[in-house]
Amino acid sequence: MIELKCHVGIGSRIEGEALVANDNFSARYDLDRIMGIFSRPDHKLAGQSYKDKILVFNTAKGGVASAWMLYEMKSRGIAPAAILFNNANTILAQGAALADLPMCDRFEAGDITSLIKTGDQIIVDPVAGMVTITNRN
Amino acid sequence: MKLTDEENAMLAGEMGEAKQWAIAHQIKVGNMFDAEVMVPVSQAHMMADPESVGDAGVSFMENLAAQGARVTVPTITDPRGVDLNYYRPLGQTEAMANLDRRTIAACSRMGILMTNTCTNYQTVMAPVLGEHVAFGDTGVVIYSNSVCGARSNFEGGPSALAAGLTGRTPKYGLHLDKNRRATRRFVVHQQPKGLTDWGLLGAVIGKASGSYWAVPVIEGLDAVPTSDEMKHMGAAMASFGSTPLFHLAGITPEARNLAQVGGDNLTRETITSEDINMMRSRFGGKGDKVDVVVFAAPQLSLVEMQKVAELCRGKTMKVPLFVCTSPQVFGDAMRMGLVESIESSGGKVLEGTCFYNQGAREIGEINGWRRLLSNSAKIVNILGGYGYQPALASMEQCVASAIAGEIV
Repeated sequence: MIELKCHVGIGSRIEGEALVANDNFSARYDLDRIMGIFSRPDHKLAGQSYKDKILVFNTAKGGVASAWMLYEMKSRGIAPAAILFNNANTILAQGAALADLPMCDRFEAGDITSLIKTGDQIIVDPVAGMVTITNRN
Repeated sequence: MKLTDEENAMLAGEMGEAKQWAIAHQIKVGNMFDAEVMVPVSQAHMMADPESVGDAGVSFMENLAAQGARVTVPTITDPRGVDLNYYRPLGQTEAMANLDRRTIAACSRMGILMTNTCTNYQTVMAPVLGEHVAFGDTGVVIYSNSVCGARSNFEGGPSALAAGLTGRTPKYGLHLDKNRRATRRFVVHQQPKGLTDWGLLGAVIGKASGSYWAVPVIEGLDAVPTSDEMKHMGAAMASFGSTPLFHLAGITPEARNLAQVGGDNLTRETITSEDINMMRSRFGGKGDKVDVVVFAAPQLSLVEMQKVAELCRGKTMKVPLFVCTSPQVFGDAMRMGLVESIESSGGKVLEGTCFYNQGAREIGEINGWRRLLSNSAKIVNILGGYGYQPALASMEQCVASAIAGEIV
């Protein structure tokens, strides 16, 4: 397993499968939130489902409206399991706090979008500030 | 975080369930951004339009209201998604209007003032130098921080609501002196003329800065911009760059001179007329057909309303023209005959909304609006992601194009 130390995050410990892109994330402009897929054509994950995945991106984009959206997505059961960033923004962190959706950022080992690969099994522990890749050494 | 006795009592639930949720929410956010303490705030401003809040968010607010939640500092609201006096003609659904009605009822019950404006710094109560506030809407935050010298982070709806309930917010980001120092230094050579140029300047600087933690200081302006010019520049900068604060050397209150914000030690970056024109040319051109003309983002001041009204008076619009303003300005504009001038030409003034959070994608599809013209760099930026082909032009060109049916 590979342990990746990060800043203390939001939410509780969760395990799941990673979906990674060297791209940014806006809950408002990148997603078809009803279908549960990335819908903006030039997003690197366009067409892919984000349901129950642990998403890994560079940073979060978008205005204040995004803060309500993770909660709304989670209430319908079509939401990511967690989101990891190199750098989160304040709005999406606030949204994660409302939704109780695990979110971590600022990894000591560097660019998280290259350290984690799509399909990796990972454990996110926001309280400890630790993400563990369990399927690789 | 280090909590006061009162904050500990809130967290223990001794002051009710609503405050317990609110302070717990603020502690989670504060921990993520290394806040050591809470800071009292004097006002909160909440975004809660139905498109972003959804049924789940409205139910959440209704729940808080049912628990007896009551805001403890003046708390006001950002534009709504529906003008309840004019939504069926736009193709907005009864379901959307009902979400708005429920939001208004729940917020009112909590003591929230339904101001429905993103220009509260012009119409409700501008914050003052050094005042800590919890404002939502990126345009409101950047103006309040930069022009007023107040202190606010971008507070999303839930966080602004939490701040209204507890009367405080986690002390991180723009509440701290160290994050208000300039990190980029831009020199302007071409003086902006008109609101659209100010918006373009904001867009170029926002795009170049590109981060919540970047603070641009701008020098080289010959004259002090007006409130409306700062409004357009700030809204565009925040939209293109997630920028929450700028300084204008010798103009804005925290930058009496360059050195006061640490700008004298930064490398000069020149904004050229090519930079501005490249940003402008991204959006539409002469002779292109226009489906709809929109003045919004931010809502218009009374002064802008007068200008639009004078351009519309006695004319006939070939394509729909919408003007979004605050309920505060709307009342004045009605009384002074400005709304009548706009509407007798075929335009429509919407009260307390902003076009882009009115379900812009859906109403665009229903009405066949793709080619949208506006003088707002912010709305042109946003609506590109909502299925529109937006174009940018001055207020005068926008009205003339609505009369002609194509970009003039």
